[in-house]
Amino acid sequence: MPRSALAGTQPPLLFPAYRSTIRRAPSEPAIRVPASLSDLGVPVYGWWPVGDTDNDLTRQHDGEPQGQRIIVSGRVVDEDGRPLRGALLEIWQANAAGRYRHSRDDHPAPLDPNFGGAGRTITDDEGRYRFTTVKPGAYPWRNHENAWRPAHIHFSIFGSTFRTRLVTQMYFPGDALFPYDPILQSIHDERARNRLVSRLDLSVTEPEWALGYTWDVVVRGENGTPFEERA
Amino acid sequence: MNGEARAATASQTVGPFFHFGLTPKPNGRLVDTLSGGEAITLVIRVTDGDGQPLNDALVEVMQEGLFGRMPTGEDGTCVFETIRPRVSSNGPVNISPHVFVCLFARGLLRHLHTRIYFAGDAALDRDPVLALVPHDRRHTLLARPDPADGRQWRFDLRLQGADETVFFAE
Repeated sequence: MPRSALAGTQPPLLFPAYRSTIRRAPSEPAIRVPASLSDLGVPVYGWWPVGDTDNDLTRQHDGEPQGQRIIVSGRVVDEDGRPLRGALLEIWQANAAGRYRHSRDDHPAPLDPNFGGAGRTITDDEGRYRFTTVKPGAYPWRNHENAWRPAHIHFSIFGSTFRTRLVTQMYFPGDALFPYDPILQSIHDERARNRLVSRLDLSVTEPEWALGYTWDVVVRGENGTPFEERA
Repeated sequence: MNGEARAATASQTVGPFFHFGLTPKPNGRLVDTLSGGEAITLVIRVTDGDGQPLNDALVEVMQEGLFGRMPTGEDGTCVFETIRPRVSSNGPVNISPHVFVCLFARGLLRHLHTRIYFAGDAALDRDPVLALVPHDRRHTLLARPDPADGRQWRFDLRLQGADETVFFAE
């Protein structure tokens, strides 16, 4: 893919509307390492195994969590169209009320004793994954006056090397908060922003049980441009 | 997606609340898996443009293909129990042994790559990646032994400022 087509498909490091970037974004440009010297191709291992209920966030406690039960599934491929097989996917999210099970989250919305909010799974031979969870709520943050994050699920993707490492967020279709969110808006390219939005998918929905959303992920290809050169 | 070229999905920040998702158990003991070698403690401290510690960063390291992942604490540090890196027997001979680092944090819209080299290593002057770094910035990539405890190596990861760490695009 020509470099010009990639411009704006990754966020810049400095995006002042997202205030935390101001004192954290490095000011010097990154130094380009040729592929022959890079560590990104080194096969990496060392995570702990995935358990039976790790991909079903509604079955990790004694009772069922509050909220809209949903299924999120999709495929992880690289830019060359090859499925990312056996990759570790980790997700974490707020509960249906918009509260994280985290000691530093002081949003005065209720915790749910039946919802932890973390899941893990391994992609299959076609790169497919599937989670059952509840739809997270929007929540306020202190970036600016009356700032609210659109509902999202955090995704971490870990393939066989650091080349395909990706941490991102999946959003839900039609969220009215999108235009006000500097984290999503930090991505200049509109199509790239839209690719972070899942779609309602009736073929994934389980009738009389749970709504289904499809969200596909693309990780960097074998000879892909460094993300630093795509902002 | 019928195999056609598509641009990679955009990165988004890991945010401040990743701990219950990514680091419910500590994963900082590489020394149990890497056999032989000189056991060391690697203390990584992450600071922002005001010199303030990041108490919500996520540090991933890779050494000899083995993966470690730790969150920083209130003082901005995280600790890996590992061995002093060795030159791989099938790698380029001039590479100075190093630890690969991938950094995530609130306020980082994309993750950062850097490398930890070891002060005093004989191959530093010949390392082809260090050779790409301006002389006056190479020191930012060096871990140094603690004067009180030579087993303990300290590495400062500075996101901004006069001694801003060198990051790599690769």
